[in-house]
Amino acid sequence: MSLFDKFKPLSAQYTRLEASGANPFAIAFDRVLSPTEAMIGDSRILLLGTNNYLGLTYDTNIIAKTIETTQAFGTGTTGSRIANGSYDGHKKLERALKDFYGRKYAMVFSTGYQANLGIISTLAGKNDHLLLDADSHASIYDGSRLGHAQVTRFRHNDPNDLHKRLRRLADVPGDKIVVVEGIYSMLGDTAPLREFAQVKREWGAYLIVDEAHSLGVLGETGRGLAEMQNVESEVDFVVGTFSKSLGSVGGFCVSNLDDFDILRVACRPYMFTASLPPGVIAATMEALHQLRMRPELRLRLIENARRLYAGLTGLGFCLGPEPSPVVSAIMPDPETAFALWSDLLKAGLYTNVSLPPATPNGLALLRSSVSAAHTPQQIDHAIALFERTGRALGLVAAFTAAHTSHPIAASPSLSGASLM
Amino acid sequence: MNESADYIQTVVTAALRGLLPVPAELSDSTNIVRDLGLDSVTVMDFVMETEERLDVSVPLDRISAVETIGDLVATLYDLECES
Repeated sequence: MSLFDKFKPLSAQYTRLEASGANPFAIAFDRVLSPTEAMIGDSRILLLGTNNYLGLTYDTNIIAKTIETTQAFGTGTTGSRIANGSYDGHKKLERALKDFYGRKYAMVFSTGYQANLGIISTLAGKNDHLLLDADSHASIYDGSRLGHAQVTRFRHNDPNDLHKRLRRLADVPGDKIVVVEGIYSMLGDTAPLREFAQVKREWGAYLIVDEAHSLGVLGETGRGLAEMQNVESEVDFVVGTFSKSLGSVGGFCVSNLDDFDILRVACRPYMFTASLPPGVIAATMEALHQLRMRPELRLRLIENARRLYAGLTGLGFCLGPEPSPVVSAIMPDPETAFALWSDLLKAGLYTNVSLPPATPNGLALLRSSVSAAHTPQQIDHAIALFERTGRALGLVAAFTAAHTSHPIAASPSLSGASLM
Repeated sequence: MNESADYIQTVVTAALRGLLPVPAELSDSTNIVRDLGLDSVTVMDFVMETEERLDVSVPLDRISAVETIGDLVATLYDLECES
């Protein structure tokens, strides 16, 4: 008996994947050229799976601020903010987030994962109740397991099911805390936040919205789905990440609830980890500034998202329910997802494979994410590669392929796209 | 009104039969994961079906303690009695 025996089924699957010569979980880029291109060996790869929504990772101002701050403050903080002190940058970034969201309080975490882990596990105490959307990200589930509250899940994007569950808890002591996401990372769908807000108000619950994939993407000023659906005042806590639209790493939570700052000495994933390095803080500050000053990035992102969604729909791929920067094609099975992923990569296009249990309803997904930095030509090239490889695998019918040389023109269903 | 254990058993069995690609022999001792080959998320989704039918919520820690159909019926019955 070995300690690792319990991993044997997983290990067998992984070994098969390695043997196939195309393992999406072990890919390494030898050089990254820009937000949209990288090199693997001698092959130039178009990047369509990076979550780099605003394409800010090579922005010269952001890089300059990172270098300048690193030279002034060093490479790392070498400790936690509670044990070893905050730097001026941490406080400035929290002020910038408060200003951006128009909220009284903000806390910065070392990753987005830790932001969910910390906020959810700390807010929901022993006698409280957490109600999670069934398709929640792993960090939300893990946060619920780290805490001591009773946890139930409601049907994905179903305010009526949430209503029933809160009704069942009506006479049960303890606070009720609901967790949903702005854009769901697997299929790119958005939450019916207005309806959820109504239900939470009716039952006196608290609402946490994870805007990881919607910060900088949705809303008139990029604050996310709550801004887009005009329900920010109903959202008690917004959690988010710096590692997608802001192009760095880290997470945050903002709120208007008084006493929020007590979490700084109660929230273990905040207290017992090293704080973000000064250079990362500076990069995030500058990226947030650019997010606010350059709304054209968001518009370009949305155009690209619609273009890819329309193109893949035109090829006959079955996609998530709405156009979004996450564009996932539903595959018949994991083997086909791996095959398409591998063939696309050989053709020079990098995407993602997403499999159960990370995906909803046991779906195997070939997931793409677009960037404001993509040119329309790059999106069209990606669509052409999907067409060629998809046809070779029998996923794109010859008839469809012959009629989609200009996919955007053939997309009337997108006239009511819900991105803005 | 609390449902009887027999009714709960019927609901659980019907929900499982609707989920399985091929018919299988189901009894109290059937192990939901090992014998039926369901993954953890599928089990949670299947429990959701029974929650809907019985108007009860099953906390995740109670689901994770369930191994057999009998365990699930007993858990649902206990929750019905507690509510």
